[in-house]
Amino acid sequence: MSDPVLEIRGLRVDYGHGDAAVHAVRDVDLTLHRGEVLGLAGESGSGKSTLAYGLTRLLPPPGVVAGGQVIYHPVDGPPVDVLALSPAQLRAFRWAETSIVFQGAMNSLNPVHRVSTQLLDVIKAHEPKSTAAARRARARDLLRLVGIAADRLDSYPHQLSGGMRQRVMIAMALALEPQVVIMDEPTTALDVVMQRQILGQLAELRERLGFAVLFITHDLSLLVEFSDRIAIMYGGRIVEEAPAAQLYRRALHPYTDGLLHSFPALRGPRRELTGIPGSPPDLRAMPDGCAFHPRCPKAFGPCDKELPPLGPPGDEDPGRTVACWLHPAAAPLPR
Amino acid sequence: MRFLLQRVAFYLFTAWAAITLNFFIPRLVPGDPVQSLISRNQGRISADAVQSLRVLFGLDKNENVWEQYLDYWRQLFHGDLGLSFTFFPTPVSTVIGDSLPWTVGLVGITTIVSFLLGTALGVGAGWRRGSWIDGLLPATTFLSSIPYFWLGLVAIALFAGPGSFFPSSGGYEPGLVPAFDQYFIPSAIQHSILPAATILVSSMSGWILSMRNMMVTVSSEDYITVAHAKGLSERRVALSYAARNALLPNVSGFALSLGFIVGGTLLVEIVFSYPGLGYQLFQAVGAKDYPLMQGIFLIITISVLVANLLADVAYLLLDPRTRKS
Repeated sequence: MSDPVLEIRGLRVDYGHGDAAVHAVRDVDLTLHRGEVLGLAGESGSGKSTLAYGLTRLLPPPGVVAGGQVIYHPVDGPPVDVLALSPAQLRAFRWAETSIVFQGAMNSLNPVHRVSTQLLDVIKAHEPKSTAAARRARARDLLRLVGIAADRLDSYPHQLSGGMRQRVMIAMALALEPQVVIMDEPTTALDVVMQRQILGQLAELRERLGFAVLFITHDLSLLVEFSDRIAIMYGGRIVEEAPAAQLYRRALHPYTDGLLHSFPALRGPRRELTGIPGSPPDLRAMPDGCAFHPRCPKAFGPCDKELPPLGPPGDEDPGRTVACWLHPAAAPLPR
Repeated sequence: MRFLLQRVAFYLFTAWAAITLNFFIPRLVPGDPVQSLISRNQGRISADAVQSLRVLFGLDKNENVWEQYLDYWRQLFHGDLGLSFTFFPTPVSTVIGDSLPWTVGLVGITTIVSFLLGTALGVGAGWRRGSWIDGLLPATTFLSSIPYFWLGLVAIALFAGPGSFFPSSGGYEPGLVPAFDQYFIPSAIQHSILPAATILVSSMSGWILSMRNMMVTVSSEDYITVAHAKGLSERRVALSYAARNALLPNVSGFALSLGFIVGGTLLVEIVFSYPGLGYQLFQAVGAKDYPLMQGIFLIITISVLVANLLADVAYLLLDPRTRKS
C-alpha cells in the first residue's frame, strides 16, 4: 500500500466543555493513503461529519477538538500537525492541501456573487502573484473539467441547477490541486441519476489528478462501489475498517452487517432486508462496554462490560480491523 | 428592466391615488379655508375680498368638483400648491421650499449616518459574538425603545439652558440671515447638534440590533463555512460573504426610513422648535392651514414613494436573485 497522506491519531471532538460536554468523536484513528478513496459510513449522529469538521478545524462552536493529532504529509517536506497550525498557516493550508465538498449543494455558494468571483477569490487568496487573466483561464479549465460550459462562469448560483452547483463546488475543490478532498455527503441533496453522473465524473478526475478522497456518507451501497476502503463509525468510534470488497463480502461487526442488510443488492442472490432494530445511541449517555450492544443481535458476555479494542481480527485478512468481542484482536494496534 | 418599469408604473398609480385623496379629503372637511380666514380676521373682510379669496383658493361656486380636480392637477404641474393662510399671502411652495432643506439637512444626514454607523457596528458585533460590543446590546435595545421626542426633552433638560453651548430651540441664531457664510454655517451646525444626536442615538440602535442578528443568522450558512474552508482572509469572509448577505434586509429598511425623513421626525422638530417641515406641519394643523397641510402631505407621500422605488432599485442591484433574466 502507498504511503499515508493524512493520519488521524486519537482524535477526540467534544461539543461543550467540562462535565456537560458531549463526546461526538472518541479516539478515532484513521489513515488516508495517497490517491485512495476512503469511505466513512455510519448513521446520523455517529460523528462522521464532526470528524471531518474536526480534522479541518472548521467546527462551529461549541464544538472543540479535545485531543489527538491530524498529521498531514505534504508531497515534499516534513509532515505537519494540522491541529497545531497558526491561523495564518491554517489559512494557507486550507484548500491548497485539503479541500472540502459539503453536503449542502444548494447553499454552498454565496448567492450574491457570480460563480467566477467565488472560483477566482480562492485562487487569488492562495496565489496572490497570479495574473487576473491566468486565474480566469484556470477557472474556465476547472469548469470544463467537471463538464460545465465555460460561459457559465458569469452565472449566479441561483441560475444553476442543484447538480451543476455541486459540480461547481467540485471544480472549486480541485482549483488548487489539493492532495486530499473531503466529501461530506456530496450527493445527498441530488437525485440518483445526478448522483451517479457526479460520482462517475469524480472517479475519473481522481484517476487523472491523483488526489485522495475521504468520502463521508450514510449510504453504504454507494461506498461499496466507489471506494477502496471503508471505515464504519458508530457512536463516535470506528468499529470496522476493511477494503470495500472484503467488507461487502463478509462484514465482521454486527453493525456493519446490519447496515449491509438495510439496502437491496442489485445483482446476485436475493438477500433478506433486515435493518437494525433500535435507534442510535444518545451521545450524552453512552452504554458501558461496546456502544452497539443494546441493539446487537449477537451480544454476549463481555459486550456490556468492556469496550472492544479496534484491531485485526486475528484469524485471516491482515488488511482489516474490527472492534468487536466476536472477533477479539490478536494484538491491539499499536498507537 | 421590465421589472423596473412595472414598479415605476405601480408607483405612478399609487402617486395618482394619493394625490387624488389629497385633493378630496380637505373638501370633505366641514367648513372651508375662506371661512376660517374670515374668522381669523374676525369678519373684517369685505364681500368682494371674500369672493376673490374663494377664487384664489379655487373654491368659487361656478366650478364643479371635476373642474376643480382638473385645475388642481394643472396647478400641481406648475408647482403651484396654493397660498398658505398662516403666512398669507406666501405661496405654499415657498413655505415648503424654505423648510424642506432644514429637515433634509438634519434628518437626512442623521438617518444616513445612523444607518452607516449602526450597520458597521452591527457587522462587528455579529461577527465577533461575545466581544465587548455584545455588552452594549442591552443598552441599544433600551435606547431603540425610547421615543425620539422624549430623548429630546431629556437632552434639552440636561444640556441646554442659559449659558450652555447647546441652544434649546431654533435652527440658527436669531438675527442671522440664512446664507452660506462663516457666521451662519457654524450657528446652524451648533443648533443641529442636539436634535441630531437625539435622532442618532435612538435610531442607530435599531440598525445595530438588526444587522447583528442578520450577521449571526448568515454566519451559520453553508457558504460561510465554505469560505472559511477556502482559506480566505477573515476580512473577506466577514465583508464579502457574511455582511454582503446580511445587509440585504437592512437595505430595504433603510430606503423606507429615507421616506420617513420628511414626516417621521415631526416630534423632534417640535421639541427643538426646529424650522423644518415637521414643525411647519405642526403649525399648519394648529392654524387650520389646509393648503399648507395638503402641500406637506403631498411632499411626504411623494418622498415615501420615491424611497420605495429606491429600495426596489437598490435591492435589484444588490441581490441577483431578484433580477429576472
